[in-house]
Amino acid sequence: MSIAVEPQPAPAVPKQPPPRNYLNTSYTVASWLLTTDHKRVGLLYLFAITFFFMIGGAAAVLFRLDLMTPEADLVETETYNKLFTLHGVMMIFFFLVPSIPAVLGNFVLPLQLGARDLAFPKLNLLSWYVFMVGGIFTVYVMLSGGVDTGWTFYTPYSSTYSNTYVMITATGIFITGFSSILTGLNFIVTIHTMRAPGLTWFRLPLFVWSLYATSLIMVLGTPVLAVAILLVALERGLGIGIFDPALGGDPILFQHLFWFYSHPAVYIMVLPGMGVISELVATFSRKEVFGYKFVAFASMAIAVFGFLVWGHHMFVSSQSAYAGLIFSLLSFVVAIPSAIKVFNWTATLYKGQISLQTPLLYSAGFIGLFTLGGLTGLFLASIALDVHVHDTYFVVAHFHYIMVGGTVMAYLGGIHYWWPKITGRMYPEGWARLSAVLIFIGFNLTFFPQFILGYLGMPRRYHVYAEEFQVLNVMSSAGASILGIGYLFPLGYLLWSLRYGAKAPANPWGAKTLEWTIPSPPPTENFTHTPVVHGGPYDFADEQPEHGLNPLVTRSAPV
Amino acid sequence: MDTSFRLFPDQASTVAPRVDALYFFLIGMSVFFTVLIAGLIVLFALRYRRGSKADRTLGHGHMWAEAVWIGVPLVISMVIFVWAAKLYFFMVRPPADAMEINVVAKQWMWKFQHPQGNREIDNLHVPAGRPVKLRMISQDVIHSFFVPAFRTKQDVIPGRYTTTWFEATQLGEFHLFCAEYCGTNHSLMKGRVTVMAPADYQAWLGGTTLGEPPAVAGQRLFEQLRCASCHQAAAGVATRGPPLEGLFGQQVPLVNGQKVLADDDYLRESILKPRAKVVAGFQPIMPTFEGQVSEEGLMNLIAYIKSLGPQGAKP
Repeated sequence: MSIAVEPQPAPAVPKQPPPRNYLNTSYTVASWLLTTDHKRVGLLYLFAITFFFMIGGAAAVLFRLDLMTPEADLVETETYNKLFTLHGVMMIFFFLVPSIPAVLGNFVLPLQLGARDLAFPKLNLLSWYVFMVGGIFTVYVMLSGGVDTGWTFYTPYSSTYSNTYVMITATGIFITGFSSILTGLNFIVTIHTMRAPGLTWFRLPLFVWSLYATSLIMVLGTPVLAVAILLVALERGLGIGIFDPALGGDPILFQHLFWFYSHPAVYIMVLPGMGVISELVATFSRKEVFGYKFVAFASMAIAVFGFLVWGHHMFVSSQSAYAGLIFSLLSFVVAIPSAIKVFNWTATLYKGQISLQTPLLYSAGFIGLFTLGGLTGLFLASIALDVHVHDTYFVVAHFHYIMVGGTVMAYLGGIHYWWPKITGRMYPEGWARLSAVLIFIGFNLTFFPQFILGYLGMPRRYHVYAEEFQVLNVMSSAGASILGIGYLFPLGYLLWSLRYGAKAPANPWGAKTLEWTIPSPPPTENFTHTPVVHGGPYDFADEQPEHGLNPLVTRSAPV
Repeated sequence: MDTSFRLFPDQASTVAPRVDALYFFLIGMSVFFTVLIAGLIVLFALRYRRGSKADRTLGHGHMWAEAVWIGVPLVISMVIFVWAAKLYFFMVRPPADAMEINVVAKQWMWKFQHPQGNREIDNLHVPAGRPVKLRMISQDVIHSFFVPAFRTKQDVIPGRYTTTWFEATQLGEFHLFCAEYCGTNHSLMKGRVTVMAPADYQAWLGGTTLGEPPAVAGQRLFEQLRCASCHQAAAGVATRGPPLEGLFGQQVPLVNGQKVLADDDYLRESILKPRAKVVAGFQPIMPTFEGQVSEEGLMNLIAYIKSLGPQGAKP
């Protein structure tokens, strides 16, 4: 067999070599795996969490299929329990927590600060390796053996009764926690010490404020999760009584420790999303974010008050009624900063120059879904009402409105917004708008029926359910199929755009933050000259019709 | 049981309409704010689309706007907080005349015992129009007693009693679910609450196998375990253990100078871990009964101790 190779015509004009950037500087595997460039580390995270998202998503596809009928038919009950645990663990610890901070934060934060990298570039790479060790370890254990405790690991079921691979999964999560702590630490130091000249705290983009608030929670909250996991290990491995009353322990103590991390963790997951939305709303309405300081301080207020509301997960746990009362009150208080943000974003649109490009579609989706998610949070904070809806699908619907309707929408909006900067290519606008609309419809069809199911009384984590719940479950599964297809679209066209997308200019959106003052994709060193900042991040007031250089930024001498 | 499609659960207890009233208020508020925000986004996106000729001169009143949208949600949320808190305190305080049913949960079943001694598994029969208080404990992991039609839910925990109560208002059969994930067959740990007219309930009690009432079974166990040898006073002789007559509900002085309320959990702990709280004036000589008495047995013993009136009075 022979293969005829057609001779390639030589190009008539020798091509100009493209300008050096962080992507074409080297193509070796080692140059990626040993990189300390925050942009490349961000991409390493992007590949990793996309993989984990697909595993968590596949688990959801399987159990949503199973839930189309009230009986246990597609998988065995033990498998069902392992599937929802896999879904929760993957999506929370390996997708949502790292999603916006570790991918977009890593890439964008130093650029928005006018810095060459994070404060500790090697630590940043280490964070990724720690994350991968924990992640691959956990994926392997959960796929080969499985865990059936739910992502909440409640004791004494997890510490004494479950016969699945609890310890080894918990070890994976324990390891991954350190990645979160290191990232948080790196961001805090970076924001304090690496801001460009003139970039005062109140000139910081709101995305930076939200990452700062998030990092505080990561550093202060994650160790408590590590402690809780360690104590479960002591009990399960060594039989030391901590949580199991048969060993003299207190099972409710675990819930206190777990939620002391896991409630603030909800804010780890949603605060960066709020930061992204602030950027997108400003840029696509060409207007300064309304009430900048209120939005910035709302992030900080959420970070602080978020630590004081964990008991609202425990209203029916036998916690004292008076403790419940205080936690209920504080939960209403923590809703206020979120409301402030929603109103300020909406007011930013007022009298703007709005262009309905994909990132703004995602932002509008975020604001609407987050509003509904936040308002249904008030149902759960209402202590008498929570008694009925606690541990039902109402809770499932509520946190998916926040986590998927909120965070995932913001993540996708952010990915589209910074895609030209990250890759140097434009994504196809038509396809992107279509998939944004599909995702919005699919999302609501999946999760809205679950509010009704929850109030009807369908408990969560039920493989077999009462017949009268079937219609709403079928609707939910149908919606999930639309949502799933909606998610596959960006995966396809974003990959397509790497080769066929239009070349992206430095500032395709006419945004005012520093990352848009440098070429797309940026050179390895980010800024050839340290920028000097003279104005705020959203100063669109006296803007020129064409998108040119940012008049608010000058260049200092070469560094 | 009616298994037809519906969008709203039965209202079958005194508390259900009160919880639902709060629910509908919250729905109304949520619809208002969601429509407001979504409507404004759509309106602004159309009116202020890039290049439109709409007037864009901005007025003042930044701070005024911020004050409104901080103040209004704060006031609304405080109203809801107070409303929900008051209702909650009604829900967690059982009326004094409530009929008491003992509940023991285990993977994956519910065991009930009525005051007359009747026992049932996974099914619970209750009279309508009478408050029913459940004293619940788990033999293994955490479960949660959930009757959607009553808007009642309470976790059932190992090693500690929890209580809840309801007063059924509607005759019929209603779902009982375990709401806290408890292992493989969590979703099969369900049952049925049958609400009967009081006369029918009495007839049902008579028609099933009567057990011993808890206090009677407790007395038998009390004698069997020879508790009386230390806890019963012979005339003129000091007992080795504190007397139990009239003990329940009293403040008990301990050797360490503290005081403790003699409630169900205290009595249970004192039987299983006698050295945890030693009564003032006594030696820590009582042996543990851990592993010797079932949860049902402990509930019976406690029922017996409760039935003991003040010293000298006949139970």
